[in-house]
Amino acid sequence: MKDLKPAILLFIAFTVICGGIYPAVVAGIASVAFPKQAGGSFITDRSGREVGSALIGQPFSAPQYFWPRPSATADFAYNPTASGGSNLGPTNPDYLKTVAERVKALRDSGITGSVPAELVQASSSGLDPHISRETAAVQIPRVARARGMTDEELARLVAAHTEERQLGFLGERRVNVLALNLALDNIKQ
Amino acid sequence: MTLYEWAETIIIFVVLLAAVKPFGTYMAKVYQGERTFLSPVLLPCEHLLYRLCGVNGEEEMDWKRYAVGLLLFNLLGGAALFAILLLQGVLPLNPQRLPAFSWHLALNTAVSFMTNTNWQNYSGESAASYFTQMFGFAVHNFVSAATGMTVAIALIRGFVRRRTAAVGNFWVDLTRSTLYILLPLSLVFAIFLVSQGVIQNFSAYKTVPLVQETSYDKPKLDDKGNPVKDAKGNPVTEHVKVKEATIPMGPVASQEAIKELGTNGGGFFNANSSHPFENPTPLSNMAEIFLILLISGALTQTFGRMAGNSRQGWALLAVMLAILVFSMGVLYWAETGGNPLVAKLGVHGINMEGKETRFGLAGSSLFTVSTTGTSCGAVNTMHDSLTPLGGMMPLSLILLSEVVFGGVGTGLYTMLAFVVIAVFVAGLMIGRTPEFLGKKIEVREMWMSIVTVLASGILVLIFSGIAMIVPSAVASMNNPGAHGLTEVLYAFASMSNNNGSAFAGLNGNTLFYNLTGAVCMFVGRFAPILASLAMAGSLAEKKYVPPSLGTLPTDKVPFALWLALVILIVGALTFFPALSLGPIVEQLMMAA
Repeated sequence: MKDLKPAILLFIAFTVICGGIYPAVVAGIASVAFPKQAGGSFITDRSGREVGSALIGQPFSAPQYFWPRPSATADFAYNPTASGGSNLGPTNPDYLKTVAERVKALRDSGITGSVPAELVQASSSGLDPHISRETAAVQIPRVARARGMTDEELARLVAAHTEERQLGFLGERRVNVLALNLALDNIKQ
Repeated sequence: MTLYEWAETIIIFVVLLAAVKPFGTYMAKVYQGERTFLSPVLLPCEHLLYRLCGVNGEEEMDWKRYAVGLLLFNLLGGAALFAILLLQGVLPLNPQRLPAFSWHLALNTAVSFMTNTNWQNYSGESAASYFTQMFGFAVHNFVSAATGMTVAIALIRGFVRRRTAAVGNFWVDLTRSTLYILLPLSLVFAIFLVSQGVIQNFSAYKTVPLVQETSYDKPKLDDKGNPVKDAKGNPVTEHVKVKEATIPMGPVASQEAIKELGTNGGGFFNANSSHPFENPTPLSNMAEIFLILLISGALTQTFGRMAGNSRQGWALLAVMLAILVFSMGVLYWAETGGNPLVAKLGVHGINMEGKETRFGLAGSSLFTVSTTGTSCGAVNTMHDSLTPLGGMMPLSLILLSEVVFGGVGTGLYTMLAFVVIAVFVAGLMIGRTPEFLGKKIEVREMWMSIVTVLASGILVLIFSGIAMIVPSAVASMNNPGAHGLTEVLYAFASMSNNNGSAFAGLNGNTLFYNLTGAVCMFVGRFAPILASLAMAGSLAEKKYVPPSLGTLPTDKVPFALWLALVILIVGALTFFPALSLGPIVEQLMMAA
């Protein structure tokens, strides 16, 4: 058993290097090079108060706000301490009932025509901060009515809050719901 | 696919193919003790470690001593993690004061991280402290990956060396894998991930006011924590207003980089790489896919270089790439069609259940096949909510024994076992001497290859079968019918092949799944490792047979096709009945 000593000592050495030094070095460099991102990309309202992270979605259900995608997090939608998807399969009867209820709720809110899938299907993280441009567009008439704004004003605001594909081709064009709704609240006053 | 998605898909593979040759060459130099550009910094560290830990770096080991060292190191590490999980409540770096794991969850989790599986029956943000994440999980993310790489390198030496018992020095291979390969890349990519928005801090979780209040019905609990029920037996609930949200923090980026690079896959958060703090942008998504595929892809080139036949390395890579691209195509196509049962409700678009908006379908599909073709198991998409045919792709990639790139090291040694089988069967069929790289393939090599290839399959079928007759195991399913069977099949496939991804609806944190899972992960990891090392030992002792007219060329297209066919046939013969009862039946039901 002459290999017992290196087994114990090397494991301790790697625990110190990989478990202690490495994360500390990354944190050190990150806090200098990218302090905002390392801390969670928090954003503030107009009074300067931190109201959330630009990367973590929040629940919105009032008519004067743009609504995010459904979220399957435990307790309440967009609960950041319980990230996760619904994990419901595509033929599960309970799942199809839930989707039907969501479609009905959208119809009751005044959305006509075919509904974009992402507005009735829950995201993977349950914290998806984004919706597509189309999903924002179908909600414009409702928000406009609730806020007494014109559709054109809102369309301009949505366009201004659209994130383009990264490097011009990666991922999807998308709208950050929390940032958009904060901008809406800023206009009001 | 849109033009953008074509560009995204093609570019990731172009970048990968451009990287494998130089990086594979670098790894070969590291393992052969040649100088590299990092040597001026790392060579003194390496020698210091050897001195401190009592390692004689010049010494060579036979396969048995190599295996004993490997087992000792891994078991010690597993025991250390088990202890950390049981003591979590009293250890430091725990701002949320998270309590200890239950003993069976701790056992399952310790085996899971020790075996490079990273199957998770717990939610990171609500169960694991920063201490556990760093000194427990991250350490194993490094050393379990390094362990896999040492086995692959020892096996390559077996093919290359002649008339010797020596297959290398486990401590040296382990140290070099970690110091020269895993740590520098993790460091660079962790910083890059922070630039994209992945967090890296040691703060307590942060509470912020919600812009719009929300509310929910909370089930009432009595003093003992059991749900209170009314006279009719319905649960009593109370209406709770939510005015603020608590956002988890932590050293995520350092974990994220090694989790992908070492094909570990254990998420810092429950939502894994779909969580915006783990994978915030399409570019971070591409970087993570690249990391998942990098080492396993490049090890084919390390193999080619060390064996003195780089065509052989490319041939293996071509087989892996072909199966990966095919699966990606099927998955993408299945998801584009959307869910017809949802479409009937007046909904249009691709199947978005369990997907994030920012990645797009190409980014989600690429990640899904990469993470299951390798033994990574990180997810940016909930596999449970894929269409049945779509969900069959990740499941099938795992069931093919993780050779489509495969885990770091494990992918290469499992692929070499398939090569041995393919050479042997071809030899029988066309009457040529079964030999590979100048080494005769005999009964012992065949046995060891069969153990490597079939160990996981046997575990999957036996334990899925047992689960079907244990009522508590059936009760863990989240979905009824054929889909529930797929959840269980996926769970045992994932654990036995050390993948770690899940059809995550299944509630795995029960005594049954924690214990059976630990057995599957342990045997599924160490049976192939011991078989591969034994094969390395027996091959190293053989003499070199120069190629003759009777030698089957193994670095040309016909053999590559034959190898792919052998992989698919072994997979299909083992699992077709189970797949027909799960995803295939469900797909037919959904379309009907």
